[in-house]
Amino acid sequence: MSFTQTSGARTPRRSPGCLASTALIMRRTLLHMRNNGFGLVVEAVLSPIIMLLIFTFLFSGAIAGSVSGYIQYLLPGILVLTVVPMTVYSGTTLCTDIARGVYHRFRTMPFWQPAALFGPVIADGLRYSAALLTVLSMGLALGFRPEDGVAGAVLAAIYVLFFAYSVSWVFALIGNVAKQPETVSGTSMMLVYPLLFASNVLVDTSTMPRWLQVVVDVNPISVAVALTRGLFHGTADAADLAAGMGVCLLLVVVFAPLTIFVYLKRQLR
Amino acid sequence: MAYAIEAQGLRKSFKTREAVRGVDLAIQQGELFALLGPNGAGKTTTIHMLTTLLHPDEGTASICGYDVVKDAAVVRRNISVTGQYAALDESLTGWQNLTLFAGLHGYSRKDARALAVELLESFNLAEAGDRTVGTYSGGMRRRLDLAAGILSEPKVMFLDEPTTGLDPQSRRELWDAVRHLVKNGTTVLLTTQYLEEADQLADRIGFIAQGRVIAVDTPEKLKASIGGKTLTIKLAEGTDPANVCRLLTSEFGMEAHSDEGGLIVKAAVREAALAHSVIGTLIDQTAAVDDFALSEPTLDDVYFALAINRGNEVAS
Repeated sequence: MSFTQTSGARTPRRSPGCLASTALIMRRTLLHMRNNGFGLVVEAVLSPIIMLLIFTFLFSGAIAGSVSGYIQYLLPGILVLTVVPMTVYSGTTLCTDIARGVYHRFRTMPFWQPAALFGPVIADGLRYSAALLTVLSMGLALGFRPEDGVAGAVLAAIYVLFFAYSVSWVFALIGNVAKQPETVSGTSMMLVYPLLFASNVLVDTSTMPRWLQVVVDVNPISVAVALTRGLFHGTADAADLAAGMGVCLLLVVVFAPLTIFVYLKRQLR
Repeated sequence: MAYAIEAQGLRKSFKTREAVRGVDLAIQQGELFALLGPNGAGKTTTIHMLTTLLHPDEGTASICGYDVVKDAAVVRRNISVTGQYAALDESLTGWQNLTLFAGLHGYSRKDARALAVELLESFNLAEAGDRTVGTYSGGMRRRLDLAAGILSEPKVMFLDEPTTGLDPQSRRELWDAVRHLVKNGTTVLLTTQYLEEADQLADRIGFIAQGRVIAVDTPEKLKASIGGKTLTIKLAEGTDPANVCRLLTSEFGMEAHSDEGGLIVKAAVREAALAHSVIGTLIDQTAAVDDFALSEPTLDDVYFALAINRGNEVAS
């Protein structure tokens, strides 16, 4: 092994601030996706398509009588159903990362420390967007027609993305607290699947017993799906908007600062 | 001038055990200091406190005069850490790892790229630069880890068991790299379980056991501290080494110990002439001696002498 003296001919260094640090860590997450392109394709393209096909053809006959009729109702819900479990995966990745060595090195480095959390959380939006686009185009191919046209569809997609970001802070927190990635996926899925299915994703709540209707309607997933549907079809009113945005803001305001606090105060064991 | 690394009365307990029970250190700039001790002695916990990863329960520590708790941000600008498990991103390539770390240390994109190329070259990793680190061998990972450690040109470097689990060839390469660092003026605190490693590299050695530093000195002085020479006796099959140790202690007042499970007994002797009577006595007592040798003490011997003294201390 031979060594060259690291030359001092470079510009003097300054510890990177919040934007530069976040951009660098985001780049890291994007490189992960690039280095593992196959995983990205499976997660953001193949499995959403399969989910959409299963639910469309499994339930359309029983619930709406026809595929074209049911998909008008189903697609906005499937967008949420696809993206929310992906945010769990973000939490699992974060937990793996923190448990392994890289985060040890990060913590002894002089950059703006919360970037280690913001970077992956923000960059994961790319995965969510890819899945959104896949489901949306597949839906269009199956006969989904947003009644509010392109503008509504764009707004709805942006809202689902925002909702996914908000939810991802919950799992970022769990990923920070849990000792093992398996715990994250275990506890999170236990939390997520009942919420996803006890909602208005697949069926209209008006067919349910009264007590269940109340429960399902306050489920944040239902609130988000109601607004998404409303945006697609141009039927969203001020109340839908307030509830849908409120859910997101509440999640962010509670879970983002908590996650950052836990990360910064985190001590090795 | 402030010490490069200074610690006073560092203590840290975890739920059920006291990992560090009062560590004092004073390490000069440019020194290569080895913290030597068995598994669980408190080496890694000490490093974690010195590198801002863990807050001490009691005591203070500073790097180049900056407190590791209060001035953690400044401390982080002056140090780098390489761990027993290489702190790298397994899903990124070697080159991507280095450019990422360089960027996070504040190098411009252009400088980061140039530096990554330069470092991969010097650490014999140029060819592997485009492969993900997950495919690297243990030795390659440690080299990349070390490269990532020096890219910020740190004043103080912490190497936590850098050669644990490496083959002899990779170990020598890593030693060369560490010597090179110190030649360029970097202060290095190295932890190791290997006496040979400390002996080869360190200016001074601190023995750590049960959370305390029990002796600090140069390797030469530590070896001289035992006084005299080491008598190594190889017993014949069927002889009880424990019996022989007892005999040496009762007849000659020697500190003797046997190697784990083997037939080798080692004892410190003040003068060569004494060795004769020891062997004579052993043969008279019908303890069959296969072979014996008189040698300069090694750090191993120091370690055992310290451990025995400590055992007595605890017992009394």
